[in-house]
Amino acid sequence: MTVLALDGRMENQIRVSDVDVRLVQVVKKFGDAVAVDHVDLEVRDGEFFSLLGPSGCGKTTTLRMIGGFEEPTSGLIELQGQDVTWLPPYKRNVNTVFQSYALFPHLSTFENVAFGLRRKGLKSSEIAGRVTEMLELVELPGFEKRKPGQISGGQAQRVALARALINRPAVLLLDEPLGALDLKLRKQMQVELKRIQQEVGITFIYVTHDQEEAMTMSDRIAVMNNGRYEQLGDPESLYERPETRFVAGFLGVSNLLPATIVGTDGGYAACRLANDQTVRVPAALTRGAQRVDVGIRPEKIRLSAPGESTGGQENRMSGTIRDASYIGVSTQYIVEARGGTRVTVYEQNVERATRDELWQVGTDVDLTWLPDHSFVVEAAKPGE
Amino acid sequence: MASAATSTSRGRPEGSLGDRIGRRVGHLALPVFTSLAIFYLLIPIIVMIVFSFNKPSGKFNYTWNEFSIDGWLHPLDWPGLPESLLASLGVALLATVIATALGTLIGLALTRYAFRGRGLLNGVIFLPMATPELVLGASLLTLFVATALPPLRGNVPTLYPTGFSTILIAHVMFNISYVVVTVKARLAGFDRRLEEAAMDLGANEWVTFWKVTFPLILPGVVAAALLAFALSIDDFIITSFVSGTQNTFPIWVYSIIRNALPVQINVIGSIIFLVAVGYVSLTTIRSAHAQR
Repeated sequence: MTVLALDGRMENQIRVSDVDVRLVQVVKKFGDAVAVDHVDLEVRDGEFFSLLGPSGCGKTTTLRMIGGFEEPTSGLIELQGQDVTWLPPYKRNVNTVFQSYALFPHLSTFENVAFGLRRKGLKSSEIAGRVTEMLELVELPGFEKRKPGQISGGQAQRVALARALINRPAVLLLDEPLGALDLKLRKQMQVELKRIQQEVGITFIYVTHDQEEAMTMSDRIAVMNNGRYEQLGDPESLYERPETRFVAGFLGVSNLLPATIVGTDGGYAACRLANDQTVRVPAALTRGAQRVDVGIRPEKIRLSAPGESTGGQENRMSGTIRDASYIGVSTQYIVEARGGTRVTVYEQNVERATRDELWQVGTDVDLTWLPDHSFVVEAAKPGE
Repeated sequence: MASAATSTSRGRPEGSLGDRIGRRVGHLALPVFTSLAIFYLLIPIIVMIVFSFNKPSGKFNYTWNEFSIDGWLHPLDWPGLPESLLASLGVALLATVIATALGTLIGLALTRYAFRGRGLLNGVIFLPMATPELVLGASLLTLFVATALPPLRGNVPTLYPTGFSTILIAHVMFNISYVVVTVKARLAGFDRRLEEAAMDLGANEWVTFWKVTFPLILPGVVAAALLAFALSIDDFIITSFVSGTQNTFPIWVYSIIRNALPVQINVIGSIIFLVAVGYVSLTTIRSAHAQR
């Protein structure tokens, strides 16, 4: 460490590498239960990073290990190049916004926000200035004297944020901070959080089970399941190119069609579906597998009258409309393809907007979609 | 739903005269009964306060003679009373401080940590409350005397002859149980994330305890201390075994009662009662203020 501190170039290199948080082979067991299973993770400086997954997937435990509230069973946690694996929370330059806010009920809003600065022994005048400034940032000026019991959930959430951010941490950890708010307030706070993150430029690590929330705010997302993350990437690539069945199902709605790879055709692999129809997918996505599931998002499929030509490059399946639900912005169809597979299709209510214009139940249709719009995940294991 | 329907039909001014009288009686029954119950509870206190203004004709303050404030003007004017009262207050204060400190720490340990023997300790803590005071007193006396006899003599600090220190030890012992139970109740709803938040914001364990944990459990600790003080200041049975020649106020009252029942006993009793009531009303008012 001393060498690094003395040698300016080395110090510079670390800053250039701009990894704020690094987890190396981190394992956390509670008794026999493995909560976090050999996770490797790198969070970049200044990014909004989300850990997304269902409850019990290990996302909160991962966050708590970064915060110092849990010690890993094995593995290494680095913060800005420094090994913090065994450091207590008060010796780490990270701050946390807790799920239930954990505001100190016996202290005023001012003292709650000032808590971290008081521990650093700053002068009262400086503390007062910074608290006022911070309360302005979270849009709560004038709330200094209120106790946590006298403010609303949304306001408590902002106080918790201010209390953490005022310490200017290297990384801010947020554990489902919007979970307790109602839908409208949550949407509003999502925008707000993103604004604040961009304003202060601090790395955010955000834990949530809400895929929409993660997609709205994050630069990158790690989708976690059973103690490890299945896929890591920006929201777009996770949605457009999910690599596992879990990711495909957790982020949005997918149609998964079991298929066998039967050959290649240029940059595409030909897949024979269970009903003997053949569709094409980008060859690179098959990763050498023979039996796969071809995935396609419901909004990427177009419905047309049987036989109607649409160009020829598209994948095509024929089927019958079995159900139509009008949901305002779009209509959701369930189409039974030849062979019995049910496919969900969303169609924007643009060309067909009124009830009589919609596809009627029982109508035969063709389903078409571009091969580039499909993705490939591993085939379902028997019994699934 | 059914009961709501019945109560509205009862509210109507219909029905026979008997029904109406029945309703009137029904409405009055609860307040009357409550007042009687409260009066019953207050009788001893009322009698005590009333007789503190008596001027007994003889040595015994049993029969109402004439109104006087002599007792209140000279509350300590009886041989042996000031010394015993001072001893009682000293024992109660010290026992309260020691028992509250130890009991709070035990309560914290029992709620926070899983350690070998925790279940056993949880049970043992209740024992002094469940054991008859006679048994506790007798066995404590045996223990204290035994420290002055072989084989313990010379191997342990002797606690004989009994006196102020043995009373204090005994009181701390039974007070701890009550403190632990009270503090544990307060800790049961404690959100550990508040402590995590404090440490997250740069407070080490020591600062976290004094800035967050202690202020939040303080009401429980204060309640425990008040309980301990109240139990200590009027304890008679255990104290009588372990007091030796040291009088406490209850022991002194008991010893003098065969020869006299001075009005000062009523006065001291009334003062203790008024201080207690005053403190409770003060805290009630303050917490009502804080909640607003």
